[in-house]
Amino acid sequence: MAITTMVGARIHRREDPRLVRGHGRYADDFVRPHTAYMAVVRSPHAHARIRSIDPGDAMKAPGVEAVLTAADYKKVIAGAMPVAPAFVAEKKQTPERFPIAEGESCYQGEPVAVVIADTKYHAADAAELVVVDWEPLPAVMDLEKALEDGSPTAHDGAPDNVGWDLTYSADADAAFAEADVVVKQRILQQRLAPTPMEPRGVLAEWHDADQTMTMWVSSQNPHFIRLFIGGALGIPENRFRVISPDVGGGFGSKISPYPEDYLVPATSKLLGRPIKWIETRTENLQNATHGRGQVFDVEIAGKRDGQLLGLKITQYLDIGAYMGTFSAFQACACLLPGAYVWKQVASRTVGILTNKVPTDPYRGAGRPEATHLVERMVDMFCAEIGMDPAAVRRKNFITEFPHTSPFALVYDSGNYDGSLSKALELVGYEQFRRDQEAARASGKYLGIGISTWIEICGFGPSAGTAPATGGLALTESAHVRVFPTGSVNVYVGTHSHGQGHDTTFPQIVADALGVPYDAVELRHGDTAEGPAFGYGTYGSRSLAVGGMAVLKASQKIHEKAKKIAAHMFEAAEEDIVNDQGHFYVKGSPENRKAFGEVAFAAYGAGLPEGMELGLEAVAYFDPPNFVWPFGAHICVVEVDPETGGVEMLRYVAVDDCGNVINPMIVEGQIQGGIVQGIAQALFEEVVYAEDGTLRTGTLLDYSVPTANEIPTLTLDRTVTPTPTNELGVKGIGEAGTIAASAAVINAICDALAPLGIQHVDMPASPDRLWKQIQEAKA
Amino acid sequence: MKHKVSVTLNGRHREDEVEPRLLLVHYLRDVAGLTGTHVGCDTSQCGACTVHVDGKAVKSCTLFAVQADGHDIKTIEGMAAADGTLHPIQQAFWDEHGLQCGYCTPGFIMAAAYLLEQNPSPNDDEIRKGLEGNLCRCTGYVNIVKSVAAAAKVMNGSTAAPAPSASPVAGE
Repeated sequence: MAITTMVGARIHRREDPRLVRGHGRYADDFVRPHTAYMAVVRSPHAHARIRSIDPGDAMKAPGVEAVLTAADYKKVIAGAMPVAPAFVAEKKQTPERFPIAEGESCYQGEPVAVVIADTKYHAADAAELVVVDWEPLPAVMDLEKALEDGSPTAHDGAPDNVGWDLTYSADADAAFAEADVVVKQRILQQRLAPTPMEPRGVLAEWHDADQTMTMWVSSQNPHFIRLFIGGALGIPENRFRVISPDVGGGFGSKISPYPEDYLVPATSKLLGRPIKWIETRTENLQNATHGRGQVFDVEIAGKRDGQLLGLKITQYLDIGAYMGTFSAFQACACLLPGAYVWKQVASRTVGILTNKVPTDPYRGAGRPEATHLVERMVDMFCAEIGMDPAAVRRKNFITEFPHTSPFALVYDSGNYDGSLSKALELVGYEQFRRDQEAARASGKYLGIGISTWIEICGFGPSAGTAPATGGLALTESAHVRVFPTGSVNVYVGTHSHGQGHDTTFPQIVADALGVPYDAVELRHGDTAEGPAFGYGTYGSRSLAVGGMAVLKASQKIHEKAKKIAAHMFEAAEEDIVNDQGHFYVKGSPENRKAFGEVAFAAYGAGLPEGMELGLEAVAYFDPPNFVWPFGAHICVVEVDPETGGVEMLRYVAVDDCGNVINPMIVEGQIQGGIVQGIAQALFEEVVYAEDGTLRTGTLLDYSVPTANEIPTLTLDRTVTPTPTNELGVKGIGEAGTIAASAAVINAICDALAPLGIQHVDMPASPDRLWKQIQEAKA
Repeated sequence: MKHKVSVTLNGRHREDEVEPRLLLVHYLRDVAGLTGTHVGCDTSQCGACTVHVDGKAVKSCTLFAVQADGHDIKTIEGMAAADGTLHPIQQAFWDEHGLQCGYCTPGFIMAAAYLLEQNPSPNDDEIRKGLEGNLCRCTGYVNIVKSVAAAAKVMNGSTAAPAPSASPVAGE
């Protein structure tokens, strides 16, 4: 390999010049001739029987071409929407879902009819005119009530509301028997709306003459969409092209196939013209999958000297009305042990069906919940025994790697004390504690919160993922093509929607091939190009899995190019040097051949005997293990006891994702992630009324933070490469979100400790804190 | 019943017949074909649709196209120079990694341009306050604030402009 020059460099992003000029290509930017527009008629009820649907005046409205219902779509869409099995539970109930409701609708917003018209304005007008005769049914909105005997059921006629009930490990009694101290707490994880700035959108065009479908969709994984939608519509993959061009954020909410992803191409097939549907923000908040929505009952056991012994956890997870394709992946037991050594951890997860939109992965998916829980409980334990939270963490950190967790997962590498020490130094921990004491004496409520997070990501080994997804191994693919004059295209199965792959992956290729960075172009998001299958981007997997596929394909090419160069120089292969796009024989750098000359030779005559022409390669990478990033986040707050307001004074994050390809992009991922975690801690919550009406259906009500609510962040890092892959890289896309909520809430609890407040739930909004402060003072 | 609108759009005059209820943002995107102006909400919270009308930053989802009749409109496509040289704010967003998915970016750039016209040397707090009509879900705003601060320095002359189109910029 050439001397590394690009990997590790802070290279400005390639995708930016067109994006800052307004020349991005998002789903709604595509136009096809003779397109008709779809508007969706949705259920206003949480739970209701559909007695009848009358297109009535809608068909007579200007520009309307069709009003379609489930009966129409049953002719062209086969089967139910997919649900990954995830695990084998003792008890499981998976309600079947067709993309459009027929006799019964089970959450507010569920599609029941669509209107097709010549403009989006006409379609929206006419959707108002469709008359549905509803018979409202009792709604299941509360997790605890949903489990009571005699509760109404989220689906009419279902035996109960238990979606799954699974005990990972039942026994922590021995650990608890040794304990001096046991602390119990119920911890809420409010429902969140992922809220990418670009809502969902689909444009589909059926070409009847050659029986092919082209679909533009705002998706994190176009190959999955092709697989699922093509399967349901009976169109084989070689005649179904899915294009996910620029995508305006996903955060997990653009992984699973949605009803509209079926309805739009199906309508195009039915009506024989291109169909477009673009989600409104209200539709997005109401219908795009939500995240979190969980309640945990937790007990922590330990000794008075600070030693941690055991955890007992029951997770109650709000599935919503249907199981999302990957909703069971939010069952977060595997990460509950965190960064610590335990004697025993007992864990059970209960998934509960309710009359709300389904939950599915949202940035972190299970890992922010696990981190919040364990970091919160460790702090509560520290408060109980009167020890410093930093000291207790250090005493219990896992220090030997590889480490096998109580759930038989193997942590690859780590230096937990290293990141914590650096963060404590950056924040000035000792000095803060002195300042805090002085502040308390003068009636000010200052607090500091630590979150020493870890994460499992880089999904993931086929042996682990294939059974969980229902057969698809979450490996990754890359196809590298070198053209005759030496420019290079790289096609990948991952998908970039803000992560900067167009920049990072060519950095890897440039080094691996020894070619100039500018000679390498990345392409993704079009199933008609590149490898036969890709797995998309989520779970912080793109670099650790996809980056490795890119490296492997590049290495295959490099090997062949070197053989060709050796043949051209009539030299031994081991004597060939490749430096920055030029080959020469060791010791004779003045006599060199450009990479392009070697590439040209690969397509010409006179190759070494028996060598196949061409210079391109496909590689799939199946990682031998997950990767385990980690770090330490520390937040400093002041709480105003008069208003319940929280002022964030400092936020320090020291993260470790192994080797770093592009530090600028890594920092950007961490910053954005932290702010989503802060947003959960302080601001955001999806709220449903008791009757199932969504109360947070606009961005006025669902409070995504603005620049004005966010502090300046101080970032640093340690570097502990993983042995799992040759690049030594771990994922970083979700790290900030996983870490942040615990740091913020621990800081608030620390601030309010003098009032006897031990735990605060999220979002820690002024009204919630004010009430808690008043109760504590009373 | 269609109405005639006559506007100056990115320096060029154009006339169209539009429905009275057509939103300005849809006029820009669907009639004029300028898809750099995005729609991120329906309630004027997100600012993705921000453009300039007579030099003022306006959320183009809050105006009807007919209300723009006779006015001067500038969109993100009109920010770079005719020779392709990026506007200092565009350049700063690139240099400071002020964008990730890029969807909110045109709106932020248009809002920032107006902010810097009102206040050529804002401090970080003033930038944060000045941009609170725009939402970004990717960056956590850290690098957006940096981008606007860097652009301000170039535009008010307190710093020389960095070399244009400086890609790749290597070295940490």
